[in-house]
This record gives sequence, structure tokens and C-alpha cells, in this order.
Amino acid sequence: MLRFTEEHEWLKLDGDVATVGITSHAAEQLGDLVFIELPKVGAKLKKGEAAAVVESVKAASDVYAPLSGEVTEVNDGAVADPAGVGSDPQGGGWLYRIRLDDVSAMDGLMDEAAYAAFAQ
Amino acid sequence: MSPDTAEITRPSPPPSEALKRTPLHALHLRHGAKMVPFAGYNMPVQYPAGLLKEHLHTRTQAGLFDVSHMGQLSVRSDSGDLAGAARALEALIPIDILGLAPGRQRYGFLTNEAGGILDDLMVANLGDRFLIVVNAANKEQDAAHLRAHLPEGIDLEAIPDALIALQGPQAHVTLARLTADIDGIRFMDARATTILGAPCLVARSGYTGEDGFEISIPADRAEEIAEALLADADVLPVGLGARDSLRLEAGLCLHGADIDVGTTPVEAGLLWAIQPVRRPGGARAGGFPGANRILDEIQHGPARRRVGLRPEGRAPVRAGASLFAGEDDPEPAGAVTSGGFGPSLGAPVAMGYLPTPLAEPGTRVFAELRGQRLPLTVTAMPFVPAGFKRS
Repeated sequence: MLRFTEEHEWLKLDGDVATVGITSHAAEQLGDLVFIELPKVGAKLKKGEAAAVVESVKAASDVYAPLSGEVTEVNDGAVADPAGVGSDPQGGGWLYRIRLDDVSAMDGLMDEAAYAAFAQ
Repeated sequence: MSPDTAEITRPSPPPSEALKRTPLHALHLRHGAKMVPFAGYNMPVQYPAGLLKEHLHTRTQAGLFDVSHMGQLSVRSDSGDLAGAARALEALIPIDILGLAPGRQRYGFLTNEAGGILDDLMVANLGDRFLIVVNAANKEQDAAHLRAHLPEGIDLEAIPDALIALQGPQAHVTLARLTADIDGIRFMDARATTILGAPCLVARSGYTGEDGFEISIPADRAEEIAEALLADADVLPVGLGARDSLRLEAGLCLHGADIDVGTTPVEAGLLWAIQPVRRPGGARAGGFPGANRILDEIQHGPARRRVGLRPEGRAPVRAGASLFAGEDDPEPAGAVTSGGFGPSLGAPVAMGYLPTPLAEPGTRVFAELRGQRLPLTVTAMPFVPAGFKRS
């Protein structure tokens, strides 16, 4: 299941673990990425709090936790190669994985068609 | 996700006021620019190549910038006596303008009574007049300030010409393909030239740390000349985003960020721009707004200084971040005024103010970022070597 937030993040659910990243639309708006900071594995995130930071040359942007849960894995490749997140934000440029406190909360997010309309 | 502060965008006008356009507006759209509000103008922040490529291309080849939003002010004397205009300007700008030879240009600033910097500028002696180029965000206030203080008989006129900057190691060969008039032009020379039949003013200067030119062009010929430059395979259009990262790497101040009415030229490390003739002991020492404070700081040293900073990690440290002398100090010692990622260095860079004892290159300080203290090293500027052609 692939879902999107109004803050331009995507989540892909596998069991009770969601992979999280920024959308292609967001990456395009940000421009060339030069720095990425990710949460620590084991961190407990609350929906809406700053979970990661992505920075372009000219600005820093917070990436908010789209749902609550515990971080199970982070993409060290994204930290090593921020530009790679910009070029493949919805694939190899994923940011972190989170075990959701409540999987049903995914239902409250947008599907791909709804997000495409929202991001226009 | 939400962009935080530290955008390069400047104070925008109230929404009721329509954004102004430069004579190159159509060109920007044709080249796919992303447009943003900046100092009341609709300006290109980047083109499809993107900020990083635009920055690096300017350092290795050449970039074309639209800086038509900046103010161009012509100052002349009714009597034709240029020395009279020079003296009048020296009463407002603490640099040697009387000694500025025809065809030469200098960096300077308007100061206020407290010694603060109202704006920074370039002033060129064009033989029969001075041309002053000021920042877009301040140009109306600057013109009003000059008009209010210039004596009777010294006239100020705002010039509506377009202004472009061609910057980078290939700028000279590129411009030379369009005009033969730039032979022998040195860094900080300014002269009238003809480009594609249009009367232009070319100065060998810029604000990127690279060799290059600033070219004043009649508004109705600007698009044609800019397109002719862009037709050269070496030249890319470059937006305000890369303009900011280029000037930051070059250690150059942005008014409104690194210098403002709350900073003096001495604190800002701009003493080099105040020639000895205007300093204590000079033949025309003082005689400008804020001279008391500025001359005192020249003699005794300022309490704080603008410094270059290199964060030790990868995280950019941006404007507004507090600086601390020690990792656990409760009170900040200073603050970052500009910061970001330096594409040519491949690393974050910043500048800010620190108390003089902490301003020595090599000193380690700490910036607070997202609740953590990150180490930075005070570093001499420019961060990248300048490419100016002085001879």
C-alpha cells in the first residue's frame, strides 16, 4: 500500500513497517540536495514531529513523521549521497523505515491519485 | 516537509503591490527559469540546469546573471566640475572618490550617523559623471538619502538601463566575441563600449569572486545582447540561488544579512575599502556619517569582527544560528549571518560575527543547530581563491 501526506512524504507499507521518503514533487521543488539527516534507529516518532532534515544549497527543510511509530532502519546511502535522494526520491532515495503504532492510520492518508491532484 | 528560514528571498512587498519585471523577464521565462519574488521584483532563482550546475559552471566557464533589479544612479555636477561631485559623495561614503581616476571603479558603502552601513555599492568615475550601483532592496532609500544630503548643484538621476553580469574564467573571451572595445580592460575598470551597435557601459567586476563584467545596457537592447551571450556554448544563465552561493564562497557580504545598519565597516572587515586618505592621519580623514565611531574602531580595533566559518561536519549552518565559544557555554558569543553549502568546496560554509578574541583563523567555536552544538573553525576568506584579472 502506497500513501502520501500533505507534507509531501510517501509511505509504502509492508506488514506493519512503512518505508518513508519525500515525493518526486517535493524533490523537484527543493532542487539539488546537499545534506540529509535521519532519525536514529530505535527512535520513537510521534506523528507531525520533525523526523529528518533534507537540505538544498539554499534551504533546510524538516521532514515530519507522517505517522507515529518506531524507527527500524535508516537509509545510510541517502546520507552518503544526498543528490541520489533528489534523483530517485521514491525509489533508492527512501529515508527511513518505521514500525507503525497503528497500521490503520494509513487509511487517513492520500492515495497516489489524490496526491497527484493535491500537488498540482 | 516545510522550508525553514534561510531562503535567499528578500523582504517582499505587500501582496497588493504587483511585482516589477526586469527588461529580461521574457528571456527568463523562455529559458525555463523558476521565478521568485525578490526585493519587489519577479526574479529567476534558478534555471533548469539547477543551482549546483549553475554555480560550478560559473566557476569553470561563464554564467550570465540578470541584475537589472539593482539601482543605477548617475551623479553629476551642474557646473561640470566632477571634483565637486566627488567631494559631495565623500561626505556620505567613507572612501577615496576624489582620487578615483576616470575609467575606474571602487567598492564602498553609505554609512549612517552611528557608523552602520545603509547599503554597500560600487562607484565608477565615467569622466563626466559618477555611476553608483546599489542593492535592489535599498535603491529607493539610497536615492532618497543621497538626494536629501547632496548639496545644491549636484544632481542625482536613476538610470533605467538593464544590468547584466557575465562572470567566470570564460567571461572575457565570450564578451570579446561581441565587442572589440574591451581590449586591455582591467579588474575594476569601467568604460563606455558598443555591443552589437548598442551604447553600453562595461565594468570588469562582479560579485562572484570570478573574473567577469557588469554591463549596463539600454533596456530595449538588453534581451538581444543577453541572448547573443547565451548563444555561446560556454555561457549558462544563472539565477539568484547560485549568485548567493558564489558570493558566499567568495567571502563577499550580502547587505541585509552580513552587513546592515547594525554593523560598521570595520566590524565587517571592510577596512580595505576605506583608503588611507579617509582614515586617521589621512588628508581627508573622516567627514562622513559615523566617522567618530568608524575612525575610533580603525585606531583601537572593533569589539567584534565578521569571520569566515567552516563547519567540521557536513551539515550546513545557516543564517541566524547562534555561535558559542565553548560547547557548553550558556550564552552565545555571536551569530551566523550567512551560511549554506559551498558547491565548489563540496562542503558547508558560513560567515558571522564573533568577539575579536575569537576571530582569529583556526579558532574553534560551536553553532547551535537543532538542539546540538556543532564545531566550526574560523577560516580566512575567501573560501575559494579569487579569479580577478588585476593586470
